Amino acid sequence: MEIKLNLNGKVVVGHAEADAVLLDFLREKGCLSVKRGCDTSNCGLCTVLMDGKPILSCSTLAVRADGHEIYTLEGLQKEAADFLGFIADQGADQCGFCNPGFVMNTIALLRETPDPTDDEIRAYLAGNLCRCSGYDGQLRGIRSFLDSRKG
Amino acid sequence: MITIEKYVRAQSLEEAWTLNQNKRNRIIGGMLWLRLGKGSVNTVIDLCDLDLNTIEENDEQFSIGAMVTLRDLELHEGLNSYTHGAVKNAVKDIVGVQLRNMATVGGSIWGRFGFSDVLTVFLGLDTYVELYQGGIVPLRTFASMKKDTDILVRLIVKKTPAKIVYTSMRNQRTDFPVIACAVSQIGGKYRASIGARPARAMVIRDEVGLLSGGITAESAKAFAEFVAEKAPTEDNARGSAAYRSHLIKVLTQRAALELGGI
Repeated sequence: MEIKLNLNGKVVVGHAEADAVLLDFLREKGCLSVKRGCDTSNCGLCTVLMDGKPILSCSTLAVRADGHEIYTLEGLQKEAADFLGFIADQGADQCGFCNPGFVMNTIALLRETPDPTDDEIRAYLAGNLCRCSGYDGQLRGIRSFLDSRKG
Repeated sequence: MITIEKYVRAQSLEEAWTLNQNKRNRIIGGMLWLRLGKGSVNTVIDLCDLDLNTIEENDEQFSIGAMVTLRDLELHEGLNSYTHGAVKNAVKDIVGVQLRNMATVGGSIWGRFGFSDVLTVFLGLDTYVELYQGGIVPLRTFASMKKDTDILVRLIVKKTPAKIVYTSMRNQRTDFPVIACAVSQIGGKYRASIGARPARAMVIRDEVGLLSGGITAESAKAFAEFVAEKAPTEDNARGSAAYRSHLIKVLTQRAALELGGI
């Protein structure tokens, strides 16, 4: 069926089979930051924002996005750039595979809770798996970014 | 993964119910569990246009639409004030925020999954389900019913004076629970609901009045042993039946003590 959505601020129209997932639709539209990880709704790698809320695009039917607003990392690069350097400074990006999902969910966290505690950061990012870092680097990076905002 | 031939956004419950009478069709909630299944589905029926995504609260009850997400439950101030955070505790470790923004109350309760935190916590409250054809039935009754082709429209939580404590044991924070446990006092009567046995959650009432004289270290221990005796457990990859039975004793005792302010 034909679907129409607002993708990264632009109206996009496309065809999606009934069982096609949003992840594949977005990649076909050039959003290659959206990657397939576990494909079982567990790793957070495929995170995108639907109407401002983080969701898993690997487990969302593309047809369900019809009429909604979707943002991927391609549309939020400026917002991501604010804190990405702080995470890189901690060596937390390592292989980099999980980064898009982490970045998207961190954006959602900071929009919802602009000054989170460490426990709130851990809880919000618990659905993003990283097999390199042990998670402390990401936490230190986000904490460092938040501290820098306070001057 | 399942294959789907057609997707329909139902415009009325009658349309959804009619479509759902075909055994090759399925109503979808968050579609997280259904998607991992095998086989083919003719038509998936989405209830997203039916205004079932809100929690309505009045002096007597909470009315929770079937399409309310687990994240909505986690963040709802009224519900968490009434349950002293028990509902939030029950859902906060379910995978991650992204999944909880998708998984629905309707899907969780309808599935009556053997790993369900959601079913376990609501069995600890004075809860009913509203079925499109079947009307309003107690959640405890619904939990033991066979799946049919009706539609779960909403969950109703009566504001009966209640206290509830929810706890669970997980091998890893965001994994399914090995045992889920809620201990509550509703209208002066105590009960425990035990989930992830790993069969459907069940309610065990304090029929013999072990806690009726008040919660003490001794009465909490006696109630925990009573509950563990009444709740059948089984083995699976997350834990043995014996381990689960032991956990039921530990978690029920802890929850009872917390309920009693000890």
